[in-house]
Amino acid sequence: MAFAAFATAEAQPQVQKRKSRIALFLLLPGILYLVLFFLTPLISLVLTSLQTPAEFGDIGQYDYAFNWQNYVTVVQQYLPHILRSFGYALAATVLALLFSYPLAYFIGVKARRWPLLQSLMLVLVIAPFFISFLLRTLAWKQLLSDESFIITSLKALSLMAPDAHFTGTPAAVIFGLTYNFIPFMTLPLYTTLERLDTRYLEAGSDLYANAFTVFRKITIPLSMPGIVAGTLLTFIPAAGDYVNASRDFLGGPDTQMMGNVIEANFLVLLNYPAAAALSIILMAAILVLVSIYVKRSGTEDLL
Amino acid sequence: MSGEVQAAAVLGGFAESETQEGGGPRGLPRRRRVGLGDWLLPVYTVLAFVFLLIPIVYTFVFSFNDSIKSNISWRGFTLDKWLNVCNVEGGAVCQAFTNSIVIGLVATVIATTLGTLIAIALVRYRFRARSAISLLLFLPMATPEVVLGAGLAAQFLAVGVPKDMTTIILAHTMFCISFVVVTVKARVASLDPALEEAGRDLYGSPSQVFWRITFPLLTPGILAAALLSFSLSFDDFIITNFNSGSVSTFPKYIYISASRGIPAEANVIASAVFLFALVLVIGTQVSRAARAKRLAKLG
Amino acid sequence: MAVREFAERGADLELVGIQKRFPGFTAIEELDLVIPAGSFFALLGPSGCGKTTTLRLVAGLEEPTRGRILIGGKDVTDTKSHERPVNTVFQSYALFPHMTVIENVAFGLKRRRISDAVAKAHEALRLVELDHLAQRRPQQLSGGQQQRVALARAIVNRPALLLLDEPLGALDLKLRRQMQLELKTIQEEVGLTFLHVTHDQEEAMTMADTVAVMNKGAIEQMGAPAELYELPRTVFVANFLGQSNLFTGQVVGTTSTAITVEAADARIVVPTARAQRHQGEVAVGVRPEKVVLHTEEPAATADRNVLGPGRVIDVSFSGVSTQYLVDLGALGTVVVFAQNVGSGPVAGLGAEVWVSWEVAHGFGLDDVPVEAGRFPADDSTTSIAAQRREGLVSELEEH
Repeated sequence: MAFAAFATAEAQPQVQKRKSRIALFLLLPGILYLVLFFLTPLISLVLTSLQTPAEFGDIGQYDYAFNWQNYVTVVQQYLPHILRSFGYALAATVLALLFSYPLAYFIGVKARRWPLLQSLMLVLVIAPFFISFLLRTLAWKQLLSDESFIITSLKALSLMAPDAHFTGTPAAVIFGLTYNFIPFMTLPLYTTLERLDTRYLEAGSDLYANAFTVFRKITIPLSMPGIVAGTLLTFIPAAGDYVNASRDFLGGPDTQMMGNVIEANFLVLLNYPAAAALSIILMAAILVLVSIYVKRSGTEDLL
Repeated sequence: MSGEVQAAAVLGGFAESETQEGGGPRGLPRRRRVGLGDWLLPVYTVLAFVFLLIPIVYTFVFSFNDSIKSNISWRGFTLDKWLNVCNVEGGAVCQAFTNSIVIGLVATVIATTLGTLIAIALVRYRFRARSAISLLLFLPMATPEVVLGAGLAAQFLAVGVPKDMTTIILAHTMFCISFVVVTVKARVASLDPALEEAGRDLYGSPSQVFWRITFPLLTPGILAAALLSFSLSFDDFIITNFNSGSVSTFPKYIYISASRGIPAEANVIASAVFLFALVLVIGTQVSRAARAKRLAKLG
Repeated sequence: MAVREFAERGADLELVGIQKRFPGFTAIEELDLVIPAGSFFALLGPSGCGKTTTLRLVAGLEEPTRGRILIGGKDVTDTKSHERPVNTVFQSYALFPHMTVIENVAFGLKRRRISDAVAKAHEALRLVELDHLAQRRPQQLSGGQQQRVALARAIVNRPALLLLDEPLGALDLKLRRQMQLELKTIQEEVGLTFLHVTHDQEEAMTMADTVAVMNKGAIEQMGAPAELYELPRTVFVANFLGQSNLFTGQVVGTTSTAITVEAADARIVVPTARAQRHQGEVAVGVRPEKVVLHTEEPAATADRNVLGPGRVIDVSFSGVSTQYLVDLGALGTVVVFAQNVGSGPVAGLGAEVWVSWEVAHGFGLDDVPVEAGRFPADDSTTSIAAQRREGLVSELEEH
């Protein structure tokens, strides 16, 4: 008996060691890849953001330095873009949530009796993914252009001023962001609603709650993980997007977001430090917002 | 199926849709109250899908437009663009499309392999730095693409790597890994470890157990992850734009052509890809539903 | 409109001509039922008999296809669940996972805007002795504790009618006993009308004043537990509620006091008052604990039925009693429960024995057993397995 206990005690660490070696073998290639192509780029982004223009250098030539003034400069120069990014992303997230919740509820709860219909509707939700993001956005640009059927009808019905435009306005950018990220909102909502135990709803109704109260007090809180996941999956890419706001798509000169100025600084003006500083600001702001949001909504275990 | 289970399944009085014949001795047949809520949600759902599909239908319809250069106003129906996709601009659209396919395939293979290994390790093994690794996997998904793109571009610039197909593939692989891990992890977690133990019990060596039991059981998850990777890579523009140099991909081609007008051939390619993906996905869903139905019949 | 006042007493529940159809099958054929105020009523039946559907109809979670539901004389058929003075202790408890225990218990009171909701909720928790866990989440409680919270959440509303949907199903034996007792005490204390749905005959018999045995969407028999047990009227009740030895035969003689049934050469006498049918083919039976085992042929008397000789084919000792399986040839097998008042079994395996019981203990049923559809509860495992297989096969064919 004692011998057996001794033997297992001896064997334990050995097994542990072998197992952790297997784990290391499995993890190493992928983790190394991420360190090389995700983590170090972030570090070089930080380093780039602190560079100064090279003395006697050409455009686009910079030296490593600790020029934190870059941050002050970009904030001063691009504050409207920064605010716009978060404002538009927030508006699009709220709109996408309002649009997606009833849809996800129907697919996830009401359609449970018909599994085939349920999965076909899910296919329709992700169908926009199958066609180029850019083409979809361009299609809306054509569909909502000044000469389009939709806009001319709205004007004919006096719902829009005769000289008003839709494309090129903040509303158009928010519309595009909303449309493009709806599937990111609907899918996580569907996932939690699909698992929603309707017996809780029955219990609520048994305890004198009417349909609205059941929804507010039970359905919404129980679908919170989906709401949090969906809003994050919409807000983060929306805040960094620059396609919708681009002048060739739904935006105009007054709708440029952080993504647009990062792209312009990096790829056109070759002002790498400014682009890098803006990227770092964007990422830091998002991380701060996300962690506050996740903490306040009490869904930390989601991560 | 027992009565209770069915009763529980039939919520909201769906049962009353059956027609009743004649009244009982005392009880009269009851008509179901059809409330606003009963049709509001289905109608909304239909309208929501119409909204989601409008740009897709538009893109598809305009792939048949007999346009000259820019594909904006309707000039009549033609099949020309479908039949001669590669004849425009010296085949630039097709070249971009081919690049996208190649990049997508290579990035998918690398990301799926690396991601699957990580997923297995995360579920099956305990190790230190676990939370650090989870964070490292989560961060790429929580980082805006423009930051990922700019970061890599800054890195390539600093190291002096010229941007070409390779840099695009490296970039795409990077952002696909996390998604692969998330997808495969769910599958590994739902895998009963007893199955592998049974395999070992029945004299399977570790590699036999992996290839004959673990891997086949993980295949659906790995396939789903690969599909996700490919579609993320194929449709990516923002990260590509920062790391592609002069190489064109399909989304980048569209972005660049947007200011001077997209040729209808781009619509043809996008529509073809859309139809292919749709048929593939609906096909698997329908066959899965049919299989589930057969299983339900047996149970 | 929410129910704003407390029901100080329980109310009558009346079901009139209820039918419930689902697409593809009928859960309840035709149900008439009156449950008087203040009673503890149990609906007992196997799964799929329609008992849960009945409960859901009363709760307002399903609408009847036809018929009316009256609570305290008021027709509530067309009111929604949240408008009915009814509360349910759900089988799964359905405690809201995102709320604490106290929030769960106060939920109904708050919906009805009753003052001092939290204080009243604490009071209800004290009644089930869980007030110290008020701030916990349901997931942190044990099964028995969750069950008591579910009970507190229902009774705190002082509903006219409390519905219990197999609430003890998930508990282990010891906890079940404890909860049974607790439920009964609470019922007596607060004087509500309880409608209890269960497939567990023991649970139904120990707790309810009145038990209704339900089968295939209709009530087979209803009465006090002892009455149902002593005098079952149908084969289903005789077998579902406890065990029975049943014999099928022709009535060969009827007097005002007794009928005589001839089954496979043997004659069995049953009091006329205890027989549902007095002519033709009938099934008669006796409970296993009423049957006495003899190792020598007993002298025939007018007030005892004697069958035998037969052979003991199984003996199983279970502490308080010993169960014998006696093969009586053409009469089939008979189960005998013998109290262990002496020491050890009186007959060994393979022994030749006779069985007898008092005529007054026998009963005559309204129907006869369908051969394929039943097996004695303690038949050998192979025949049970065969039976189950047949059942599954026929179920498969139905689909």
